[in-house]
Amino acid sequence: MPPSLQTLTTPTLLLLLLTATAVSCSALPPEDGIRILSAEKRIDLTGSIVKVYLTLKVENAPAASDASQVLIAFTPTEAQHLAIVKATRAEGKRKKKTYAPLSVEASDLATTALNGARLYSVLLGAPLKPGEATTIEVLYVLTHSLEPFPAEISQSESQLVYFRDSAVLLSPYHVLEQVTYIKTPSNRIESFTRVDPTSRAGTEVKYGTYKNQAPNSYLPILVHYENNRPFAVVEELVRKVEISHWGNVQITEHYKLKHGGARHKGVFSRLEYQSRPSISGASSFKNLLARLPPRVHSVYYRDEIGNISTSHLRIGSLKSELEIEPRYPLFGGWHCTFTIGYGLPLEDFLFESEDGRRYINLTFGCPLLDTVVDDLTIKVVLPEGSKNPQPVVPFVTEKHLETSYSYLDVVGRTTVVLKKKNVVGEHNVPFQVYYEFNPIFMLAEPLMLVSAVLLFFVACIAYLHMDLSIGKSS
Amino acid sequence: MATTALDFLPAPLRSLRLKTKQQELLLRVSTLALIYVLAFAVRLFSVLRYESMIHEFDPYFNYRTTLFLSENGFSEFWNWFDSESWYPLGRVVGGTLFPGLMVTAALLHRLLRALSLAVHIREVCVLTAPFFAANTTLVAYAFGREIWDSGAGLVAAALIAIVPGYISRSVAGSYDNEGVAIFALLLTFYLFVRAVNTGSLAWALASAFGYFYMVSAWGGYVFIINLVPLYVLVLLVTGRYSQRLYVAYNCMYVLGMLLAMQIRFVGFQHVQSGEHMAAMGVFFLLQVFFFLDWVKYLLNDARLFKSFLRITLTCVITVGALALGIGTASGYISPWTGRFYSLLDPTYAKDHIPIIASVSEHQPTAWSSFMFDFHILLFLFPAGLYFCFKRLSDATIFIVMYGLTSMYFAGVMVRLILVAAPAVCLISAIAASATIKNLTTLIRAKSKSPQAASGKTTGSKAAAKGAVDQSLPFQHNAAIALLLGAFYLLSRYAIHCTWVTSEAYSSPSIVLAARGHNGGRVIFDDYREAYYWLRQNTPPDAKIMSWWDYGYQITAMGNRTVIVDNNTWNNTHIATVGRAMSSYEDEAYEIMQSLDVNYVLVVFGGVTGYSSDDINKFLWMVRIGGGVFPVIKEPDYLVNGEYRVDKGAAPKMLNCLMYKLCYYRFGELTTEYGKPPGYDRVRGVEIGNKDIKLEYLEEAFTTSNWIVRIYKVKPPKNRS
Repeated sequence: MPPSLQTLTTPTLLLLLLTATAVSCSALPPEDGIRILSAEKRIDLTGSIVKVYLTLKVENAPAASDASQVLIAFTPTEAQHLAIVKATRAEGKRKKKTYAPLSVEASDLATTALNGARLYSVLLGAPLKPGEATTIEVLYVLTHSLEPFPAEISQSESQLVYFRDSAVLLSPYHVLEQVTYIKTPSNRIESFTRVDPTSRAGTEVKYGTYKNQAPNSYLPILVHYENNRPFAVVEELVRKVEISHWGNVQITEHYKLKHGGARHKGVFSRLEYQSRPSISGASSFKNLLARLPPRVHSVYYRDEIGNISTSHLRIGSLKSELEIEPRYPLFGGWHCTFTIGYGLPLEDFLFESEDGRRYINLTFGCPLLDTVVDDLTIKVVLPEGSKNPQPVVPFVTEKHLETSYSYLDVVGRTTVVLKKKNVVGEHNVPFQVYYEFNPIFMLAEPLMLVSAVLLFFVACIAYLHMDLSIGKSS
Repeated sequence: MATTALDFLPAPLRSLRLKTKQQELLLRVSTLALIYVLAFAVRLFSVLRYESMIHEFDPYFNYRTTLFLSENGFSEFWNWFDSESWYPLGRVVGGTLFPGLMVTAALLHRLLRALSLAVHIREVCVLTAPFFAANTTLVAYAFGREIWDSGAGLVAAALIAIVPGYISRSVAGSYDNEGVAIFALLLTFYLFVRAVNTGSLAWALASAFGYFYMVSAWGGYVFIINLVPLYVLVLLVTGRYSQRLYVAYNCMYVLGMLLAMQIRFVGFQHVQSGEHMAAMGVFFLLQVFFFLDWVKYLLNDARLFKSFLRITLTCVITVGALALGIGTASGYISPWTGRFYSLLDPTYAKDHIPIIASVSEHQPTAWSSFMFDFHILLFLFPAGLYFCFKRLSDATIFIVMYGLTSMYFAGVMVRLILVAAPAVCLISAIAASATIKNLTTLIRAKSKSPQAASGKTTGSKAAAKGAVDQSLPFQHNAAIALLLGAFYLLSRYAIHCTWVTSEAYSSPSIVLAARGHNGGRVIFDDYREAYYWLRQNTPPDAKIMSWWDYGYQITAMGNRTVIVDNNTWNNTHIATVGRAMSSYEDEAYEIMQSLDVNYVLVVFGGVTGYSSDDINKFLWMVRIGGGVFPVIKEPDYLVNGEYRVDKGAAPKMLNCLMYKLCYYRFGELTTEYGKPPGYDRVRGVEIGNKDIKLEYLEEAFTTSNWIVRIYKVKPPKNRS
């Protein structure tokens, strides 16, 4: 790897360079004979969330044994902000190309990783035989990876952010040929690191093609560009799903929202904001879109001090859209909390499995589009009397059980609590909670009410027929 | 009537036919139940029109304290020192409020929780007033039955269920002391009258507890503790003294006093302050009266008794006058408070206490609001008085006195219409019930008279009247016409009440609604927008300066510390804020620095035409500020005695802090088509100072319709 390619400006980058050289010098030979024939990295910087699409063409060396996994490496910072990694394997030729989803898991090959780099292994469904080649497509999403600079802006300024990455692909394998594309939301790119060959066309910066990269190469780059997309960050989201076997699923979502971009500084002028909406407060946002299931009903949108009257609901046959406006436009660093609640017909979500158990099929994640959820808690409140709850979630979450009480509960409702950090739109996939429920419990609460009313009447009758006076009234 | 309906039923069911007495009971209970539901339901307009929320200003404080109570328990609440208001003084909340309302709501909440009904405390608070209003109808029924008959009781319950004067303070969300206090007031009166009628200790004890609840709920208890002795005095003077009265009053007063003194906010005031002296005086008087009665019985000699009477009376009057004189002079008995004076003398507040006079609900009542709040009751009231005088008894004397005194107070202060409402309803109910009863008797008698042709044999009153009817032609028809007229009037009353409730009294005042160009409803939710912004985006220890009206709302909804609030206990502090608002910016900055103010909040209606904004309240700030700090002079803000904001306004007005904060950058905004920029839609003028520069403050937030504007106080400049 020729380090002379670098044109570095800042000391941090220099430091990174040193580590990079260190990495490349002491490169470990991969255990198996995998090498990457070509790699294409497309980085999408148009939103507040960074999405990276990797297309890797990997080949197993003829002399090696069968390879069952391919490793992908992330820097420690990236690993920290990594929300999700998804991989698919392309099979077949051009026209008949099919994509088979592959499972990805954090690899425990810590020993092989250098400088704290974290490895994820993509498990190939069918092992790669020696001498064979295949194409793997990887998508990973990074949150909180755009650093606003300047960190504080006034109302009339637009928001500029830094994005840091490597020009070459960080990989434990030998990379024969690699190219990186970075797409920005607007033409305004203040600066970007040049690592020749580097070119820019409109909103796209191209790094590469680089050839013959040694394993664990790293060439830091920095892109400073304009990004006025809403940096909506949900710091905390608690979704509570209450199931009633009388026919309703009630969902309540408590949001703690923040504008995660450059902090607002100084004056907020309503006059400027109203009269020059395009340039004043360009990085602020005043509405959000939530995608709710179809056939949603009784939607409400409120906060601690009451209803928020600015929202619009569009109900469609495939999806419903709820457009919500917080009480005030959100500028950088401003907070806002609110609650959305809605009811859903039970028959769309509750099913009976073959073994007689019931399961509720819900969507994980956050219904707000293009937002990051730092801390997500989903509470599935099962009806009173249900037993043996068992959640099935396609990725790792923290799970525990608790008991919650609602109207007319005696023993309390079993509640499945799922927690996950760093959730993005890619996490909006179905998950299930299986449980056993005897329908006779449905009658408990009506019977309680009936008996209470009955008791009241009996008491009235008894009172009217009793003479409680001590002395005889004349 | 029910029998004819039952005739259509099949034979087995007919055996269930009820006796007349049972029928009447059933009819009465179901009517009362319907009235109960009606009283509750009619107050829910505000929830339907807007949402389940707390209204107005004071209820926000009550809500906040209830929340505190339900979260931290009673002893924490009792000892609560609130550092979030009256910065830097703070407020001993536990000792300066009437805890009845909060405790009631918290207990209701706990009860519902115990019944495993998972309701939020806010819903309980919102529905407390309607719930108690519904209970009031039951009390009104019992009271009406006590003073007249059960028919009058039913009519009273129906009238009070929908009387606008009461609804105005008890709609859902109006979570204020009055909501439960009217119930407590009427209950105490009812129990007391019942005790006087029966002479039973049990009822007197019950009325003492009713009084205790009233004291714990509202400062208006002073009305009870003055009306009841006055009533006793009147009975004494009119020679209606009885053992029953003695038992009732003594028990009620002594126990009531002891119980009332348990409320920290009242405490020893109950035996020391001027307002409570009448009750104590009457208490002693009653003892003297009883003693004299006893001596008279023992002596059995008129001449001897007369001289004894003379000596005793002289002694008692001397001792009483001396005690009062010494007590007042030594300061043991505190003089009457300003509020009390202003009740007795309507012009007092205007001259002496601007802070009381500045509140719109403390203004003298206009005729139109009497009409608005009472409608036909205003005509039925004198008629009811006539009936009461015609059948004078201990109970009717009480209701007459209650009616007359409360009517006077209602004339002095708009908000006291509330206290008069139950009395007016009861007295009107007597009129309505008695009239309708008389008319129906006439009609029945007429229809019966052909059968009882001879007429004299029955001997009943109706028949006697029927005999009289023969001499008066068209009486039957006239009675029917009058009856129809009465029903028409009562139905008009019902329509009026419903209309008033839905249109006038169900607005939460914190959310403003207006009609848009296309007839749709436009909601101005600026208050909550601003308060929520404060709550979310200012440092948690920020101090907000605003006029006192918004203090409770800022602490409850914005969760931030305020300098002054609606508990106007410290006039100097309010005057300091008034002074800051009416000073030039640099002077105001010094005041704000001394109070550690971080943000200033003003309410401005110039864009939307919202007229109760700070510019319209500004003269009161000047007056209250000037009352303490003579540097502020009202004439400086007026031009020829006229209050203006346009080019002709006084220079001090154009440059004072309030003007600057309200109109900052307003000069660049076009509010109405065809008008110059900076056109104030409330005052209807183009503002006089369009080039406002702020040196020590900066705009921090303005709501979408400019109704609330928040400014940040800049930190002091570095010393160079």
